Amino acid sequence: MDNATEYATRMRAKLTEALRPSRLEIEDDSRRHAGHAGAGAEGETHFNIIIVSDAFEGKSRVARQRQVYDIVADELRERVHALSLKTLTLAEDV
Amino acid sequence: MDNAVSERIKNDVESNDVVLFMKGTPVFPQCGFSSAVVQVLTHLGVKFKGIDVLVDPSLRDGIKTYSNWPTIPQLYVKGEFIGGCDIVREMYETGELAEMLSTKGVDVQVKA
Repeated sequence: MDNATEYATRMRAKLTEALRPSRLEIEDDSRRHAGHAGAGAEGETHFNIIIVSDAFEGKSRVARQRQVYDIVADELRERVHALSLKTLTLAEDV
Repeated sequence: MDNAVSERIKNDVESNDVVLFMKGTPVFPQCGFSSAVVQVLTHLGVKFKGIDVLVDPSLRDGIKTYSNWPTIPQLYVKGEFIGGCDIVREMYETGELAEMLSTKGVDVQVKA
């Protein structure tokens, strides 16, 4: 596995399996946060993620994001410091 | 989580209408996400209590357990967890945040 994208790859696999998204974009945004306390030298600490999935149907914003945080709990504990999340249903993805 | 920490958080979110657990202070935020939420609340003219989690590691961990939410900032209104930076920003953009605050009896005075 390419070390520079190890966490992105892991999160993509887990989110894909759990949410069957019709669209999943994971962008490593760590560079923009370089130098502050949560940004380790090894990178892969900050990600922008867009997930479009009907698994979010009927759920509040908080419930959707909690669901995502649960799925990638290991990654958050190990290295990932913050996710910027957009969690949409198919109908909301306009 | 330490009971004292849990009690402290409970007391903070129940005795203040709007509470933001953040990194740094409202005047000197130490993180872009915290800063973004401060800006939104300031723009809405909402009085809030900012609590800097960086000064107390037990609080920094405790708040994550309290809300079952792994990241900071965290916004509470009338004791209820509203969300982190993305949710606050989204609700601000759609007007839901101002509406929710008013509904809960919090003064909102949007700055021109």
